[in-house]
Amino acid sequence: MSDTSATARRKPGHTAGLLDIRNIIGSLLAIDGLILLLAGIFADTEEEKTGGINANLWAGLVLLVVGVAFIAWCRLRPVVVPDDYDADHDEGRPEGH
Amino acid sequence: MSPTVEPLIVPMATLIDASFVDYLILVIYFAFVLGIGFLAKSQVSESMDFFLSGRSLPAWVTGLAFISANLGAVEIMGMSANGADFGLPAVHYFWVGAIPAMLFLGVVMMPFYYGSKVRSVPEFMLRRFGQGAHLVNAISFAVAQLLIAGVNLYLLGSIVHALLGWPLPVALIVAALIVLSYITLGGLSAAIYNEVLQFFIIVAALAPLTILGLHRVGGWNGLTDKITAAGDAGHGPPADQQLNSWPGQALSGFDSSFWSVVGIVFGLGFVLSFGYWTTNFVEVQRAMASDSISSARKTPIIGAFPKMFVPFITIIPGMIAAVLVTDIAKVKAGETVPGGSSGDGVTYNDSLILLMRDLLPNGLLGLAITGLLAAFMAGMAANISAFNTVFSYDLWADYVVKDRDDDYYLRIGRIATVAATAIAIFTATLAANFSNVMDYLQVLFGFFNAPLFATFILGMFWKRMTPTAGWVGLVSGTLSAVAVAFLSEDAFGSWSTGVIPLGGQGAAFLAASVAFVVDIALSVGVSMVTEPKPASELRGLVYSETPVEDRTDPNEATYPWYRRTVPLASIALVMVIVLNTIF
Repeated sequence: MSDTSATARRKPGHTAGLLDIRNIIGSLLAIDGLILLLAGIFADTEEEKTGGINANLWAGLVLLVVGVAFIAWCRLRPVVVPDDYDADHDEGRPEGH
Repeated sequence: MSPTVEPLIVPMATLIDASFVDYLILVIYFAFVLGIGFLAKSQVSESMDFFLSGRSLPAWVTGLAFISANLGAVEIMGMSANGADFGLPAVHYFWVGAIPAMLFLGVVMMPFYYGSKVRSVPEFMLRRFGQGAHLVNAISFAVAQLLIAGVNLYLLGSIVHALLGWPLPVALIVAALIVLSYITLGGLSAAIYNEVLQFFIIVAALAPLTILGLHRVGGWNGLTDKITAAGDAGHGPPADQQLNSWPGQALSGFDSSFWSVVGIVFGLGFVLSFGYWTTNFVEVQRAMASDSISSARKTPIIGAFPKMFVPFITIIPGMIAAVLVTDIAKVKAGETVPGGSSGDGVTYNDSLILLMRDLLPNGLLGLAITGLLAAFMAGMAANISAFNTVFSYDLWADYVVKDRDDDYYLRIGRIATVAATAIAIFTATLAANFSNVMDYLQVLFGFFNAPLFATFILGMFWKRMTPTAGWVGLVSGTLSAVAVAFLSEDAFGSWSTGVIPLGGQGAAFLAASVAFVVDIALSVGVSMVTEPKPASELRGLVYSETPVEDRTDPNEATYPWYRRTVPLASIALVMVIVLNTIF
């Protein structure tokens, strides 16, 4: 969608920052992924339950990758907060979706 | 409310043993939830912001929030229970009972909701039909939300009790306080952000559970072999009915396969499903928070894509539990097993929890507990915020204290939120008295939404429909459905008289259909003898009186095809037909 408006921006270049939903999703998934990864390496893998799979390790790896991907997406295509319809509004508005 | 008190509460006997790492994942999630509310608080500037998030959220966020608001206790526990009980026919709740209605909402209904700038479905009733229909609808909606919030809170509390061993009253109050803090701190914006977050946690918890489960039973073939063996032994419905979604006699309760298909398509797919998805403001409010008509229309359509795959992580784990978890297999064989999360014996409702206990190591277990708790909280939060909007704008501002400034109604909204949460703790203890509370609720949904849908669809496409017909149709539709429930075998529990020999799904379907037909018939009859509104007042409210530019997005045509409403909806429709053909 077209986030670039013709109207003047009061705070040019201001990004959604921490409140960007992609940052929030990404950091939670990455933190949980890291915990599971460490549990998979150091804790009891309880393979009698999982049928011989180190479930924590693999689930942790996937979560970590997805989480980092979200944060990277946010870094690579940061959101510029639009001023065109709401003066003090500061919500994230990711481009391209 | 503070997560740090958890280790201090001495756990009683629990269904599942949680360890330090499980608690850590849980605490981190709730720290995020409260953190979002705190961060979002500084953004709340005016009351429109608090209620509809200033209409600034992109379609993919509101699309995920749209289905997350529905991904609550009923969806996760109910659908895995149905999977364990009936097998694949449970997918009709998604592929027939949800997707078509969600696409219809996006393509046909949403331009009216968005274009007329109404904040709630009751407000739409006000502008189309006037105060009679508005008051009837707003009051019954507000009451229903309080009752449903209580049921969600009760389910949440009983799961906390079963999983972590906290006493039920403590679990109820702690859960209520956390839901309350994130709604009041950040408004709908925070609630929607949390719903999106929780969607990812649920998928992250249920996907490994499904994969591990399939691994343990020997893949899809191993699962079908075991279900066939159990079915042949006379445990549950015949195996071929469990392994094919059509004609689904086990689910619909009809003996004839023809009437079973008719019942599923028209009962579940049309009256109940269209009634639920197109008029339920808990859902519609999500789409209204987006930034354009185009985004609002795409909200339910984008939501339809993940929605059609939710059965794979809810129904399939249920089917796995029925052959892998000893206690559930015994229940299916007709035995009685003591214990379970209710304490009154194991039921199909326990399928998912017991499967988690048997398959997940500590760590993933914590993630799964977090996902379940988050889903149950989302249901309650959605009820409370919908109640908040309807109470402050539709009841208080229109009928009690009129014409005050935004600050006043914002304050009323916050008070209503606190009061609703307190009432929900009370209705949760009421809900604890019903052993079949979910069946009861589904009947209530059916006869509340069916007349509303009839009045809506007629009012939108027939400009002759009069204000009097609006409220007469709603009242008579609901009363006739209540009457059918009283006359059926068990739709009202022990209050039903059994004059009509139908129970369970059949009774809910009949009540909804009667409500729909009575509403349409009386609305048409009353409209013939009363005065319609002048056409000039129906702009944006009736299809034929709304200029094309009011219900279309000028930018829509400039988007590439994959960001336009109708092509997206067509893809979703084709995908769901393919899924129905395969299974």
